[in-house]
Parts: sequence; structure tokens; C-alpha cells
Amino acid sequence: MIRFDNVSKTYPKQNRPALMDVSLEIEKGEFVFLVGSSGSGKSTFLRLLLREERPSQGAVHVLGKDLGRLSNWKVPHMRRQLGTVFQDFRLLPNKTVAQNVAFALEVIGKPKAAINKVVPEVLDLVGLAGKEDRMPGELSGGEQQRVAIARAFVNRPMLLIADEPTGNLDPQNSVGIMKLLDRINRTGTTVLMATHDQAIVDQMRKRVIELDKGHLVRDQSRGVYGYQH
Amino acid sequence: MRAQFVMSEIGVGLRRNLTMTIAVVVSVALSLALAGASLLVRDQVNSMKGFWYDKVQVAVYLCNKSDAKQYASCSGGAVTDQQRTQIKADLLKLPVVADVQYENKQDAYKHWKEMNPDNPLTGVVGADGLPESFRVKLKDPQQYDVIASAFAGKPGVQSVEDQRKILDNLFGLLNGLQTVAFGVMSLMVCVALLLIVNTVRVSAFSRRRETGIMRLVGASNFYVQMPFIAEAAFAALLGAALASGLLLVGNLFVHNWLQPRVQFIHFIGLPEVMRVIPLLVVIGMGMAAVAAFFTLRKYLKV
Repeated sequence: MIRFDNVSKTYPKQNRPALMDVSLEIEKGEFVFLVGSSGSGKSTFLRLLLREERPSQGAVHVLGKDLGRLSNWKVPHMRRQLGTVFQDFRLLPNKTVAQNVAFALEVIGKPKAAINKVVPEVLDLVGLAGKEDRMPGELSGGEQQRVAIARAFVNRPMLLIADEPTGNLDPQNSVGIMKLLDRINRTGTTVLMATHDQAIVDQMRKRVIELDKGHLVRDQSRGVYGYQH
Repeated sequence: MRAQFVMSEIGVGLRRNLTMTIAVVVSVALSLALAGASLLVRDQVNSMKGFWYDKVQVAVYLCNKSDAKQYASCSGGAVTDQQRTQIKADLLKLPVVADVQYENKQDAYKHWKEMNPDNPLTGVVGADGLPESFRVKLKDPQQYDVIASAFAGKPGVQSVEDQRKILDNLFGLLNGLQTVAFGVMSLMVCVALLLIVNTVRVSAFSRRRETGIMRLVGASNFYVQMPFIAEAAFAALLGAALASGLLLVGNLFVHNWLQPRVQFIHFIGLPEVMRVIPLLVVIGMGMAAVAAFFTLRKYLKV
């Protein structure tokens, strides 16, 4: 599903590499936490997966493709097989919940009939049935993140990447989001979640990958958040 | 590509950016109107050249009684019958000559009166004051020099005149107008392009949230860029429509106001204008789309 072979990434005009010789493999259907303090390289890790950056050295394989060699025009097609969720939700404020989810399908040219069918299904799955016509501004943070997850999952991606999805949420809403991500993981979708939320990591007991100053310092199955940073 | 989705995106984009859109429409309209005018002036010059060069001839004026002092070749006074016959025979021998017409003094006087009906000299100048002439039609109007060198200064020939020279001043003026129109158009095109580039930039910036999500969910570059390109092309289409309107109004002005006053010129009309309009639409939309495309390449990387 994901394989990093001795991946290093150095940004131009920076001396210290953001990632240094990272090698790891994530199998299909896994649930993986990516932890580490700010500046540890988590964002770079995710940007490499999304092919927003290319590695300086080494190779990043996602869904069997070497992203370093993937030509630009093939990148959109690759991203359709990924779902992405962010801390700040990234919803369109002038579209309803249903329109926000439908937007992701419209812009990849899905036919209207298919969109009308799958959007209610996925909103039901994330627990937003009945709120299709609300605007994002009328929803709580937890509900907005559910919309974002619905949008990321509506295309049934093989891999869901979540960048601190609970970072803006209170503990109660966070638990709800984690239950949802766990449910999505049980459908066979691989979930990779970068987080600072110690309680969640300790409670879920999933595989934990820790980065520190660009180095992979821990890869532990059924791990905990680790040391206090 | 779902047309309805794209159309609604274009509408939203243009309305959101109304002032810039108006600026683009007006500048595109002006530059295209100037481009069209410049093309039409060229058509006009070509049409006039075809019309007049056909009519205009080389005039070989023959000596008049009064020319003896003024022209060396006329020292013998008025042209003699023998000289006249000789000149005509010589003219017909030249391979560049297509046709020779003789114009006697009475005809010359008649033509002169027709062309200058209000001239106060009409009463004073009699038929005797005007020279008789051979009107020579050439196979190729450019070959004037052959006639001039062969006949200027011959006994009985007062002078040789290429009537094209009179027209060349007019054509020079029209060509100058065309050049000015072209120059102003070039500047306007620069303005229009800069405005389009800026409009697309503002548009791309104000919709960066949408385009960010589009890239995230794997929309193809075509899908991401299409609304912006279509937006610019649509604004240019409005500009082209406005430019066409301006040209049609100009056409009405030329035919209803200018033509009755300047009757000796045949002005080109609606068919030529209608031929130019599709060209303007294509050029305008193409220009805008290409400008938008290259702007976006910089602002919407994968």
C-alpha cells in the first residue's frame, strides 16, 4: 500500500533535511498513527504521499506506483484513489453539506445520476443523514469534520490520509471522529493519521510511527503516544 | 466534462469579478475593433487599387500651340498630323501597351468640365487651352517607366504623366491610417492581455479554496483550469461582440454619411465587415484563452 525506501527530503535553501533516510511499509487495511513533535517531518511525510513533493533521495511507493517517477499529468488520477482530511476541514462555505461532498465527484467528471446516489449514502455512513442541506457554518466542528471525511471517502479510496483530524475538536467530538475513522478502516480502507492527540493514540492501540527531526525513531504495533514531548 | 457545472462556475466567476470583467470586455472590444478597422482599411485600399488602376492610364500629352516656349520638345509649335500618327504607331509597337485611345481637345475640355463643374476657370479655359493626348492602357500598370523613357522629350510630345501618382497620395494616406490603427491596436492588445492575466490571477486567488480541493480530490488539470480559461474566453467573446457592433456602426456611418459626400470612392461594405467579424471572434477568444492558460500554469501547479 505504502512503501518508503530510504527516503530523504531536503527543501531548497534549508540545511537540515525534513526527512532523513526513512524506510517503512504499510500494508493494505492497516490503521497507522504518525506522531512526532512539530517540525519532526510529519507534514513532509504526508506531502510525499500526496505527491505534492518529490523525494530528494529514495523512492515513495503508493498503491504500487513510484511517485517519484509518476508524470505530472497522471497525478490527479493517482489522487482519486486517496482520500484526505485536514485539521481545518477545508469545506466550501457557500455550498451545502451535500454540495460539498458532490463537488469532489463533479470535478472528476462523475455523472449526475451516480452523484445523486452515492452522496446520501456516504452522508448516512458518517452520521449526517438529515443535514444534507445545512451550510458548513451552521454545523459544529465535529460535524464539519464528518462532512470532510464524507468528501474524502465518497470515492471509496484505498487509502485515507488524515492530518490531525481532531486537532480542532473537543475530546467528545474527537472520539466520535475516531470511531468513524475506525469504521472506515474496517471496510478495508487503509487509514494513516498524523496526530498530536496522546489520549486517542493511547486508547486506540494501533500501529504507531514516530518521527523526530526527520528520522524514523519508532515503529511499534499496538503502540502508545510515547514520551512526553 | 459536465457543461452545466462549468457554465455555472463561469457565471459565478465573472460576477464575482465584475469590474475586472468589464475592463477586459472593453479593452478587448477596443483592440479588436481597431484590428478589424485596420483589416478593413487594407481591404478598402486593395479594392480601390483594383478599381482605379484599371481605369487610370498613362497620359501622353501632345504639344499645344502655346507650349513652344515651355517644353523643348514642342519647339515646333503644335503637334503635326505626321507626328501624331508616328507617336501612335510607336506606342502600339511597344509590347507593354494594351490599348491606346486618342483624346482630342474637345473631349479633354468636356472631361475637364465634368470633373471640375464648379471651377471658376471653366469659362476662361477654352478647348484650345487643353492639350490633346493619347490615353495609354498598360498590360501591367507598374511598367510606366517604359513609356516615360521612350516618349518623354520626343518631338510633338509635351509630357508623359502616370496618373497613378495622383492616387498614390491617397493610398499613402490610407496606408498611414492603417499603420496608426495597427499601432494603437498593438498597444490595446497589450493592455487587454495584461488585464486578462490580472483578472485570471485575481480569479484564481479568490477561488484558491475550490482549486485546492479540486487538486486534492484528483481533478485533472483540464478540469481545474477550464473554468478560468472559459471565463476569459467568454469575456473576450463579449468584447468581440462589442467590437463587431462598433464596426457595424462604422459601416453605417460610412455608407449613410460619408458615401453621399465622397462619391468618387466606392466604399467596401457589409460583406467585408461580415467577413472580418468571425476572424475577430476567433482572435479575441483565442488570445484570451492562451493568456489565461499561461497565467494558470504559473498559479495552479499540480
